[in-house]
Amino acid sequence: MLGTHVSALLGAESAGAVEALELVDGFDATLVHGLARLDAERAGAVTALAGAFAASPLGERVAEAAAKVTAGAVAEDALIALAGARTALLGAVHDDLIATLDAAIGRERAAWAGENGKAGEADNLLSGCRAWLAELAIAGWRGVESDLVSGGSQAVEALYAKPDRRGLAVLLDGLAAELTAGSPLSTMAPLPSRRWADLWARGMMLSAADSLPGEPEEVSGRLLVLGLELQEHATVVRAQIHGVLETAAGKRLVRTGVAAGKTDTIVGPQVWSLLAGFPVLLGAVAEKKALELTGMTLLPGGDLVWDEEKAKPGEAVDPFATARLQLGEAVAPSAAPLERHPVRIAEPVFLQGYGHAAGAFVIDGHELPVALDRLPTAGPLTAALVASSTECVGLLRWDGRWFLQPLAVRATVKKATVDVHIGDWAMGPTDPKVAKALAKADAVAVLRERAGRLLRK
Amino acid sequence: MQPEAPEYEQSSTARVLPPVQPRKLAKVPFVELADGRLQGVVSSGSDIARVYVSSVEAGSHDYSCSTNNNRPCGGAGSYGTCKHVDALITEAVVQYGLRPVARYLRVELPEEGEPGAWELRRAMNGTLNRTEAAVVFSRFLHHLSYLELPVSTSPMVELNWFPAAGVTA
Repeated sequence: MLGTHVSALLGAESAGAVEALELVDGFDATLVHGLARLDAERAGAVTALAGAFAASPLGERVAEAAAKVTAGAVAEDALIALAGARTALLGAVHDDLIATLDAAIGRERAAWAGENGKAGEADNLLSGCRAWLAELAIAGWRGVESDLVSGGSQAVEALYAKPDRRGLAVLLDGLAAELTAGSPLSTMAPLPSRRWADLWARGMMLSAADSLPGEPEEVSGRLLVLGLELQEHATVVRAQIHGVLETAAGKRLVRTGVAAGKTDTIVGPQVWSLLAGFPVLLGAVAEKKALELTGMTLLPGGDLVWDEEKAKPGEAVDPFATARLQLGEAVAPSAAPLERHPVRIAEPVFLQGYGHAAGAFVIDGHELPVALDRLPTAGPLTAALVASSTECVGLLRWDGRWFLQPLAVRATVKKATVDVHIGDWAMGPTDPKVAKALAKADAVAVLRERAGRLLRK
Repeated sequence: MQPEAPEYEQSSTARVLPPVQPRKLAKVPFVELADGRLQGVVSSGSDIARVYVSSVEAGSHDYSCSTNNNRPCGGAGSYGTCKHVDALITEAVVQYGLRPVARYLRVELPEEGEPGAWELRRAMNGTLNRTEAAVVFSRFLHHLSYLELPVSTSPMVELNWFPAAGVTA
């Protein structure tokens, strides 16, 4: 990224996005106090949300839902419609941000080729989730007590039995844990109203509709790794790998990821052992090798469904070289309509020749904030390395403002140039001190022993 | 440090849970602040097949300790807590930090100096009040069951809301 790119990115303003986010904030405030107790102002926010859709195909359904809810009839289908309206607004903000980003950094993006999603099939498991989410909305975050939080646990537990619903299970589990941690919610301050409304609306959408991934295709070619990011909450860890896929059809930006269940006590570098079942993928990440893919499934949103059987390690390829040489040519995918949300934006970029300010890179006088709070303790990349770096591979993200999430840096340490990637430890820590400490207090082994002895009695 | 309120309220990735500090799990594999109690599971020092369920109630600081089969722990009596309850408190302080545990249990700690788990224990004067071990034990088994889940290769857009937290958070 050059100074002109950063300037175009940070300087772009969109009146439409600001207005959409105001409507979202208004609706989110109704979830704080509960839809059962709408005062005039909050009822107005629900009506305003619906008003934004007056001229759209959603218009009639959302208007009807708003009328019902403001009249005190908070039924599940009305909540689904309102959650859909909120999702569509944030989808529009996402599209606006992506258009800004593509124009600013000159990224080519493929048009969405899949379908738009459809109503989900009747499913008892999902209706249990919807019912729980509806109860939360009616009570409002301030009115949610521990019985109501635990009321969803049975539905969530059952979801884990269905592999295709893992995302929803993980989402609701994460929300429930935060509601528990925030208690007593009646006095929690500040309360993460947008975040919880995001999770609520996403949960509602996932349990009401099938997000159609569109026609998957089988791809063969070479996957060049750009970097690895780690995502986790108390009971899940996921390694998400960003890369460039070279096939006969050209170069594309893709992602692939692997996830495992965990406990809150498995933290830091201990999480890698939970993903030990993916030595081809994580080995290539750790050892900086390309991956040769044969007939692997690629979804239209740009996600490769990882299959160790369909990949083998290729020759060594430096991710910095990939970022420097391939990023400009690779075509980015479009997100599936139901999945569009600013939080989902994670666009790989390469930076060099920048200066440093507190928590930011400075490019031609423009400050791009760097998310130092997203350097996982599981990997070797530290804030100090970022602060002394000269080159960086990272993800452009947006949460109220644009920022960079580093995946790897090239830095000068004791007059020597070193490359440090989050994924360096994907096959276990390479720092002998860390590896030794890990071996001495192996949380995963202790808990597996306990599980083996106690779970099957 | 309290986050700036409007920024926090309008952030999709606002942090709600403080990072959990790593600790050794061999002695106390499970600790939680839930149901108005500090509760958890303590492995028996002498029998690898036996575990104790220990707890301390918030407010009253009444404590309880029994095996997972509800046999009372011989060490916990009217004269004081047993080593299992003590270990539970010590490990909870490692995992969550002293002040969060004290706040949850509603224990007043001295503002001055650097109080530790010992001061926390000394400030509590509850009595033995046995509670059912079964609920906590089944929560522990549920906790362990996450390690038995199959790995997943599905895309999970949802996890964009859950970036791994760094130390400087």
